[in-house]
Amino acid sequence: MIRMLRRNLPFATVAVIALVAAPLLLEPFRLGLLAKYLCYAIVALGIGLVWGKGGMLTLGQGVFFGLGGYSMAMYLKLTEAGGGLPDFMVWSGVEHLPALWVPFANPVFALVMAVLGPMLIAVILGTLVFRQRVRGAYFAILTQALAAAMVILLVGQQGLTGGTNGMTNFFELFGQDLAEDSTQRLLYLAVAVVLGALYLATRQLVNSRYGRLLVAVRDGEDRVRFLGYDPALVKTVTFALSAGMAGLAGALFVPVVGIISPALLGVVPSLELVVAVAVGGRHVLAGAVLGAVVMGYAKTAFSEQFADGWLYLQGALFILVMTLAPKGVIGVMGRLRRARTT
Amino acid sequence: MRISRPILSAALVLALAACGSGAKPAAESNEIKVGLLHSLSGTMAISEVTVRDAELLAIDEINKAGGVLGKKLVPVVEDGASDWPTFAEKATKLIRQDKVATVFGGWTSASRKAMLPVFERYKALLWYPVQYEGLESSPYIFYTGATTNQQIIPGLDYLKEEGKKKLFLVGSDYVFPRTANKIIKAYAAANGMEILGEEYTPLGHTEYSTLVNKVMQAKPDAVFNTLNGDSNVAFFKQLKSAGASAETMPVLSVSIAEEEVTGIGVDNIAGQPVAWNYYQTTDTPANEAFVTAYKAKYGQDKVTSDPMEAGYNAVYLWAEAVKKAGTTEVEAVKKAAPGISLDRPEGKVTIDGENQHLYKTARIGVIQPDGLIKEVWNSGEPIKPDPYLKGYAWASGLGTGQ
Repeated sequence: MIRMLRRNLPFATVAVIALVAAPLLLEPFRLGLLAKYLCYAIVALGIGLVWGKGGMLTLGQGVFFGLGGYSMAMYLKLTEAGGGLPDFMVWSGVEHLPALWVPFANPVFALVMAVLGPMLIAVILGTLVFRQRVRGAYFAILTQALAAAMVILLVGQQGLTGGTNGMTNFFELFGQDLAEDSTQRLLYLAVAVVLGALYLATRQLVNSRYGRLLVAVRDGEDRVRFLGYDPALVKTVTFALSAGMAGLAGALFVPVVGIISPALLGVVPSLELVVAVAVGGRHVLAGAVLGAVVMGYAKTAFSEQFADGWLYLQGALFILVMTLAPKGVIGVMGRLRRARTT
Repeated sequence: MRISRPILSAALVLALAACGSGAKPAAESNEIKVGLLHSLSGTMAISEVTVRDAELLAIDEINKAGGVLGKKLVPVVEDGASDWPTFAEKATKLIRQDKVATVFGGWTSASRKAMLPVFERYKALLWYPVQYEGLESSPYIFYTGATTNQQIIPGLDYLKEEGKKKLFLVGSDYVFPRTANKIIKAYAAANGMEILGEEYTPLGHTEYSTLVNKVMQAKPDAVFNTLNGDSNVAFFKQLKSAGASAETMPVLSVSIAEEEVTGIGVDNIAGQPVAWNYYQTTDTPANEAFVTAYKAKYGQDKVTSDPMEAGYNAVYLWAEAVKKAGTTEVEAVKKAAPGISLDRPEGKVTIDGENQHLYKTARIGVIQPDGLIKEVWNSGEPIKPDPYLKGYAWASGLGTGQ
């Protein structure tokens, strides 16, 4: 009992800070930014699972994030249009609502699609790729190509997706005015709770037999196969789970930030997330989450302080962490703890 | 780990909180904060930094002349990073955190569309300095660049006067070129012109040999070019090597100004026509002062261009509206702005009360071997802005965006 309490103390502390302290202390604008970082943290958690535990370096999580985001945005756009055409279709010369859009008027369908859509694509891709024993750099390149292709597709279909502009100008979510600070606070809490729940569930999963199998596949795929397991299945399931998380994160991100565009899901943002996980520490799930929050915060802070050269600082931070602490921020904290106990 | 991890997290959240609550109190009584929000990094930086510089110049000049309402203007600069969601985020920051009196910013239509809901939500003011595709008039945006009837339609009128009947349309794949081409096609249908082809390439595209081939085979009288950014470099280079000449097949561009000519290389583009409202060579007393001041501040080799001038004007127009209103309060400024008329580098501009665009003189110019642009045609007087093209019978049905 006491041991369990101790084990969960860090999580409980963070949860109290996130759910109680942050909403009380932060101004609405800052709280909105924190909600955004936490959305990215959900994606990062998925990357922590698939890359940190499963050894599959995915450079295309932005695709799943984007699918989730666009599903949600389609619902929001249709509510806003109130039976008419969304604004961007009008100026793109579309005259009738495309059939693809029709079911997204239903919020349940949109939310379910935000999670299942990415999972389905991950299952298809995973089945094709992992059965062929594509791994390592080849898998990374493939996912990156997927992200690039997705952007081209979205930009090219302006009448269907809003093109480079993407979609913005959302007013309400489930009847709540999105401009209200109280709505934004609720959204923040929703994101924080989802992240917490997913974190606990993922940790449970990693500690289960399945988790050990996943790590075994990472460390010796052929041996696992000779033992009679199917590594392709394990990997596909993991990849799909991470895709589902990214999709859900995208669906939460859109009402929080108020916009979705191809710029949010291409190669660069996908890479940024992987970098964030590396900075936080990919071997521990908490490291992935921490990395997303730290990098998100660093981006905001640097760009506000040094509008002209903040990108250099962001890059320097990455290089610094990677050279001085290859196991990321969480690794440094672990080392500090060991130093104290010896 | 048991202790250090929560402590670190706590420190992080406290740092966030400190950053939030540490915001400075509302502007000192003798200062007015204004936001400048342009891309200082990413693909658009090359263009947008120059607009930011022109706006800073205007702020400097106004401060030297005693400021506005006896207060000094203090710019708060943020980076939109060529990324539309970042524009929305930084706009929110400027309005809510810095509590700026107004924001000058944006370049691409996408960045404006991303910022629009933010300004409407918080009832704050945005001054947008670039020509755009029209079909918009937000009550919280002032548009100091041209709308379509002040740039694209005069450009078409010019081609028509020159006897060009067969056009080929080339553009980047986003909202401005697509909307512009919609308007061009409607104009062509009404004016007995023929559109031989319409091609789009992704932003940043650099392989144009296929497209140039198509254009050469179609043998149009002229090309209407709405490509944006570095694509123009590749397009004009490949067009030139395919043997096209500006005399037999002019390429009229609406997104290439003095700044971009240098990037494309004068050799590739000299002799081609462009459509704008201002050139560095525009002959007005205000322009002489602007060009001299800009070069003195940023270097003798710098050029001035239409969007820079529109950004420079925006600051002056806002300052004038504030003086008239006697306050920086948004609704009062909006009420004071209509009818304000100033002699600017491009000539006389007047704020239209109905749609918050400007009356502007359209000017067609030809790119000279020295990289500057020489005016060959102008509309004679400022044209009333008509973002929804209500005054053009052939355009009915296009402006349903309302």
